Amino acid sequence: MTQANILFDTPGPRARLRNNALTLVTVVVLAAIAYFVIAEFGAEGQWDGRIWEPFLQSSTWVNFIIPGLLGTLTAAGLAAVFAVVFGAVFGIARLSDHKWIRVPAGAVVEIFRAVPLLLLIFFIFYASPWVFGGGDYTLMAVVAGLTLYNGSVLAEVVRAGIRAVPRGQSEAAYALGLRKTNVMRLVLLPQAVTAMMPAIVSQLVVLLKDTALGYIIAYVDLLNMGFKIIPAVHFGSLIPAAIVIGVIYVGLNMALSGVAVWLERRSRRSRRTSAKPVMASMSMSTGV
Amino acid sequence: MDELIKYAPDLLLSFLKNVQIAAVCAVLSLILGTILVSMRVSPTPVLRAAGTVYVNVVRNTPLTLILAFSALGLSDTLGLSFSQTPSTNGFWLVVLGLSAYTATFVCEALRSGINTVPLGQAEAARALGFTFVQSLRMIILPQAFRVVVAPLGSVMIAMMKNTTVAIAAGYLAESAFTMKDIFDDTGVSIPIFLGLIVAFMAVTLPIGFFTGWLAKRLAVT
Repeated sequence: MTQANILFDTPGPRARLRNNALTLVTVVVLAAIAYFVIAEFGAEGQWDGRIWEPFLQSSTWVNFIIPGLLGTLTAAGLAAVFAVVFGAVFGIARLSDHKWIRVPAGAVVEIFRAVPLLLLIFFIFYASPWVFGGGDYTLMAVVAGLTLYNGSVLAEVVRAGIRAVPRGQSEAAYALGLRKTNVMRLVLLPQAVTAMMPAIVSQLVVLLKDTALGYIIAYVDLLNMGFKIIPAVHFGSLIPAAIVIGVIYVGLNMALSGVAVWLERRSRRSRRTSAKPVMASMSMSTGV
Repeated sequence: MDELIKYAPDLLLSFLKNVQIAAVCAVLSLILGTILVSMRVSPTPVLRAAGTVYVNVVRNTPLTLILAFSALGLSDTLGLSFSQTPSTNGFWLVVLGLSAYTATFVCEALRSGINTVPLGQAEAARALGFTFVQSLRMIILPQAFRVVVAPLGSVMIAMMKNTTVAIAAGYLAESAFTMKDIFDDTGVSIPIFLGLIVAFMAVTLPIGFFTGWLAKRLAVT
């Protein structure tokens, strides 16, 4: 509200009239859109009880939606753990004093950030049987692709987080006689983690959304269940299925985004760190 | 290396489709994003709410779902069609989905830009008797755009990379599908993968450098 309020005065009688007229127009336009969608659904037979009914039966949830959700969460969970580890290792490696560590780490991070994620997943998916022999590599390709891409973005977050700790902190630690490793472990990292938590969680939202790419290589996730398997079993249920899984995805992501906002507020007030929070928007990658 | 040379014309043609999609989406998403951000800061609560709901829902939906839905749902089930030719229809379905998705990120970038415009600017505009639309158009948005040139560049780079997801909408003329098709035929090929990456970098890196340079030049000091 505060942001909106600086852009316009408290409305007088004429502005109020104009606002009310605009509200009316907006409501009419929105209602028209809603009517159009509903009518179009009706014309194409999308209000048929038959195609919505499967979502009231527990078997649809037990056999399709919940296994799909588990597939999505498995891929996201594994990739999140690996990506955070990857990000921590490469983020710290990029700050190394040794050029032979710093430069290769920087190259890896920059390259994997620039590669379109889907191409990376395809490549891993097709290269794996060639390297490891036959088998089902869908999960591995999704997890490895997500790890390399999001890990590289997280490496930048980690680097920014460590750099956000004021110089005085490490100088004081060195003055106390601590070695390099201990300065990082005892002084810089604990403060940086608090500062970069919100940005890390925001990136995990991107990661969770990106698991949907598994659909393209036929990994059995929520999207696959909703767009391929449920419509195949219950013929014609594509749109209801799309709406149900869309709601699940949006709900999950909004909940996780909410955690990021909460963490950012907490870290802004926190006295456990002297670093300013690393802004989520700074590392914001649009993701897929 | 031989595969890369053999398939280079196919790859190049399909990569140009990615560039085409990205170019059209850049224009559309910037326009739609500006409209959305105007809605989100407008004096009308209903407009604000509509903008907020749109941005939060679309931004939190996977792009793969949006594109698959525009092909399977909008086009196949509900009968939305841009053209009789399947490939042209697919192109515009991808453009529709990708622009609708990218616009939310443009909107969020611009909104953070509006937050950085000093309060005095808006107050001065109001004191001069500017209406909301006038102050937004002449005072606020021009300054907000200057601040967010670099973030908008990142959004555009991500959008360019996201054009590969077009495959989810059944649009098979672009480079991700071409690469997959070649892999299906001849097995995995590192040179082809690297070649495509270089092609993407040849587009994304200049966008990054250009927007970085522009951001510095336009910085409000």
